[in-house]
Amino acid sequence: MKRAEKVAVVLFAVFCLFSVSAVQAGETLDAVKTRGYVSVGVNGGLFGFGMPDEKGVWRGLDVDTGRAVAAAVFGDAEKVKFVTLTTQTRFTALQSKEIDVLCRNATRTLTRETDLGLNFVTVNYYDGQGFLVPKKLGVKSAKELSGASVCTLPGTTTEQNVGDYFRANNMTLKPVVIEQNTELNQAFFAGRCDCLTSDASQLAGIRAVAPNPDDYVILPEIISKEPLAPVVRHGDEQWRDIVDFCVLAMIAAEDMGITSKNVEEMLASKDPNIQRFLGVTPGNGKALGLDEKWAYNIVKQVGNYGEVFERNVGEKTKLGIKRGLNAQWRDGGLMYSPPFK
Amino acid sequence: MEPLSSEGMGEILSPPATTLGFVGWVRRNLFNGIFNSLVTMVVLAVLMAFVPRFIKWALLDGVWYSSGQGCREAGGACWSVVTRNLRFILFGFYPYEQQWRPVLCVGLFMGLFAFSRKPRHWNRRLLYAWGTGLLIMGVLMPGGIFGLDYIEPARWGGICLTLLLSLFGLTAAYPLGVILALGRQSKLPVVKSLSVIYIELIRGVPLISLLFMASVMFPLFLPEGITVNKILRAQAAIILFTAAYIAEVVRGGLQAIPRGQYEAAESLGLDYTLKMRLIILPQALKIVIPPTVSILISAFKDTSLVVIIGLFDLLKTTQVTLANPEWMGFSTEAFSFIAVIYFVGCFSMSNLSRRLEREL
Repeated sequence: MKRAEKVAVVLFAVFCLFSVSAVQAGETLDAVKTRGYVSVGVNGGLFGFGMPDEKGVWRGLDVDTGRAVAAAVFGDAEKVKFVTLTTQTRFTALQSKEIDVLCRNATRTLTRETDLGLNFVTVNYYDGQGFLVPKKLGVKSAKELSGASVCTLPGTTTEQNVGDYFRANNMTLKPVVIEQNTELNQAFFAGRCDCLTSDASQLAGIRAVAPNPDDYVILPEIISKEPLAPVVRHGDEQWRDIVDFCVLAMIAAEDMGITSKNVEEMLASKDPNIQRFLGVTPGNGKALGLDEKWAYNIVKQVGNYGEVFERNVGEKTKLGIKRGLNAQWRDGGLMYSPPFK
Repeated sequence: MEPLSSEGMGEILSPPATTLGFVGWVRRNLFNGIFNSLVTMVVLAVLMAFVPRFIKWALLDGVWYSSGQGCREAGGACWSVVTRNLRFILFGFYPYEQQWRPVLCVGLFMGLFAFSRKPRHWNRRLLYAWGTGLLIMGVLMPGGIFGLDYIEPARWGGICLTLLLSLFGLTAAYPLGVILALGRQSKLPVVKSLSVIYIELIRGVPLISLLFMASVMFPLFLPEGITVNKILRAQAAIILFTAAYIAEVVRGGLQAIPRGQYEAAESLGLDYTLKMRLIILPQALKIVIPPTVSILISAFKDTSLVVIIGLFDLLKTTQVTLANPEWMGFSTEAFSFIAVIYFVGCFSMSNLSRRLEREL
């Protein structure tokens, strides 16, 4: 009995010690630096955004955003650990500090910002919901889909959006709800429903695996806004700024024409904007509490936004997505970075 | 030498050809009556309809090592989805160059399992063998000493995770279950009521909800900054869940022991511990081998539920492979493959249990 008591006392002491040190560590950046890596929540099963390849190496747009944060904080994009999260566990993991930042194709909404106590930073992918239909249906616009049976996943915003859209346009909807993504696709290709609705980022990939891709078309209408952004907790503004500017740095680098290939030469650039951006003229790093080379490290090790986009979801990948809304502001897209000064 | 002549022994006839050999066997077993003949015909027809098509699909038209595009063109079974992604399906995030370590561990585990099947090995040596084996696995998997790179448990995936969750889940749940069963039989009111509450509470909820509690709610109750490894949390949930079921099975065994055995033990002057250890439990646990193994088998399969909390066990790595557009749509082949793995696991467990029943 004596021994059990002693063990209990020691355990309690260790417990207190941990909780005290955790409170003292306070700011996320300090905690991350002490730990030695950034803990990033990712999807785990979404091709192009967050998924391991056949060698178990993480690939994707969201994954690379996480790597960018690590590159900024540690100067090493590999000092990052990815935690796979489901839709149910993703926000809790952030609230309980299991992860430092969530890069898991989460749509920014009002209630998530307020009720859940989260901060969404700059959008790293503008998505929206679209329709995939067989060519032989002869449909040119989503407005002609009245009475169509629509394949969709249950309990997602996708299901809700398509219901809203049909109701708003006085069309009748026959939903065909199927639980699993792969079964959903197979049901659609087998002709069990007239059209399939999903995030536009996924439609191209689904079409690519059709028995005959040319038999299917993606309709031009996008019926919902899905700004996907990395998420951090309320209450640590410094950390929020860091994550925010990591995304912005990738966008700004593309805007200024800095790539992972030419970043070395750019160090010698005479342009004061580029000098400030790459830390040749110091200031930005200190303001964020990071090394002056933070943006240089992001571009050097991860790449600019355009490179990351093309590598993971671009037209040369299986998803074959065009830049569209995700193009730079000069090219008619929404990617726009404030000045780095 | 001349063959023995049957001359003059005309009364000894060989049996009619229809009762001998293959024909005889078929008549005796498949066509010995109208009903059996009918059943045989129906089964044959079904086999004729499906087996050739299956063989054509799986073997003749099957593609064994190609790209996803090659699979789509071939039209048969696409085993490439398994062969091309085998290492990820089996080992998940374990670093590619280091995967010989999990291979060794799984091999060692299977060796130990095979070793355990022989009744003549059931002695102290078996215990030492498992002890040494587990120690080697415990060094090999995480590494960090003897010049091996340290691989944190969060990166163990695929079959390693499935085996880890099952092996430790089952070995920890079993003694816990026995203790709970004894607690429920106990005459001490506090022990008894605690055991009853525990068992009924845990049995009252599905494993999924326990896993959700472990992965979603539990971290919220921890003080700030403290996180417990996700695998450990899932492991704990599985142990707690399985233990409650084992407890009830063992209680059935305890009740099946005749009163006389308890009284005989007491009349020998044995105290509670000795009575249970020497007389009651050995008999009770032997009686309940079949239901216990059923629970262990279902617990082994239930480990795949950790998919829902984002752990990369065998099922999850397969699902992730199928989420790649290149391999989308070949779920039949991929899931058949892991079904075979699960079958081998479950079947060897039930096999071992039959042996235990026979030999003990």
